[in-house]
Amino acid sequence: MSSEWPLWEVFIRGQHGLNHRHVGSLHAPDAEMAINNARDVYTRRNEGVSIWVVRSSDIVASAPSEKGPLFEPSNSKVYRHPTFFDIPDEVGHM
Amino acid sequence: MYAQMVKTDAPRVKSLDEMDPQERAFQERIDAGQKIEPKEWMPEGYRKTLIRQISQHAHSEIVGQLPEGNWITRAPTLERKAILLAKVQDEAGHGLYLYCAAETLGISRDEMYEQLHSGKAKYSSIFNYPTLSWADIGAIGWLVDGAAIMNQVPLQRCSYGPYSRAMIRICKEESFHQRQGFDILMKMVKGTSAQKALAQDALNRWWWPSLMMFGPSDDASVHSAQSMAWKIKQNSNDELRQKFVDQTVPQAEYLGLTIPDADLRWNEAKGGYDFGEPDWNEFFEVIAGNGPCNAERLGARRQAWEDGAWFRDALTAHAEKAARRAQPVAAE
Repeated sequence: MSSEWPLWEVFIRGQHGLNHRHVGSLHAPDAEMAINNARDVYTRRNEGVSIWVVRSSDIVASAPSEKGPLFEPSNSKVYRHPTFFDIPDEVGHM
Repeated sequence: MYAQMVKTDAPRVKSLDEMDPQERAFQERIDAGQKIEPKEWMPEGYRKTLIRQISQHAHSEIVGQLPEGNWITRAPTLERKAILLAKVQDEAGHGLYLYCAAETLGISRDEMYEQLHSGKAKYSSIFNYPTLSWADIGAIGWLVDGAAIMNQVPLQRCSYGPYSRAMIRICKEESFHQRQGFDILMKMVKGTSAQKALAQDALNRWWWPSLMMFGPSDDASVHSAQSMAWKIKQNSNDELRQKFVDQTVPQAEYLGLTIPDADLRWNEAKGGYDFGEPDWNEFFEVIAGNGPCNAERLGARRQAWEDGAWFRDALTAHAEKAARRAQPVAAE
């Protein structure tokens, strides 16, 4: 036999109620082992309160070559940022 | 270092004008301090150099467990044993972070293991020395992990995203390793004269191999120059070695131990220590596989891999069987 175990991406939710965050990947034969291994590899110092694992092959990613067409449209829409608007000092905090 | 003398395939470093537009755009991104991510275009030499360096670094973490593993069952107290276990487990974790980073460049885990086990891939020269007494565990943490930190801190800024992120995780954990080593020696030098003598003996044996970890002077190396242009490497070997000596000498003084170098003296003009030259013949012998423990280390590593084969296969078989039986289950 000797086929390589599949690759899993590991996401951990930290102590402070933030989103699960990608921390790295690992090999494991199945989901249960992936969670166990993720515990040992990525939370040795109490870094998390919850773990997600996803088979790397199930992740669909945007292509680096598409970066232009994908993200360009938002470049011209600076009015989406609050700093685009000048509010006079007299108005106070807004 | 943990990766020593990594080759780049470059006959010399090209200037921007000599590069085709794609390569030039790549180099300009690096010059601008941008990170390169796995699926983006990169020159073949950059990819291969990173694979060599990251896999060598990963192999070093994995083989690096062996000299310390020697003392897990012989640690002087239960607390020391628990601490050493945690440290060795960290080394395994560091190896895993790094293997994953290397895999993003298109080499498989099994290929890397194969290269290690066949002797084709190298690991750091330092792990081919024996751990003869408990004081050696102190010296390894203090000196070997200290030298590793010197090298790994700048690697956090490496141009390749996954390597840089792995180094950030590793550096967070590495300081524990150095401190636990220093703590062992602090205890020993306050002990009996026999214990203090063991500490001195450990320093005598580990000092020069630790300096060799940085590799020979690479000021004239084209590989080093290319790695620096790609921001895979940030400092020259001599620069890092000097920093290490300057940092470590006062620590040895604090311990009341003598660094085994007759040429060691403070140089006011350069604001650092002058020190002797390591025995580079010894270094090249160890790298070539002729160090005191090369055969033992690689043998232990191979045996662990072979002895674990039935277990890996069993887990795979179990996973396949379970997958065949599985009913669709709703996610939480």
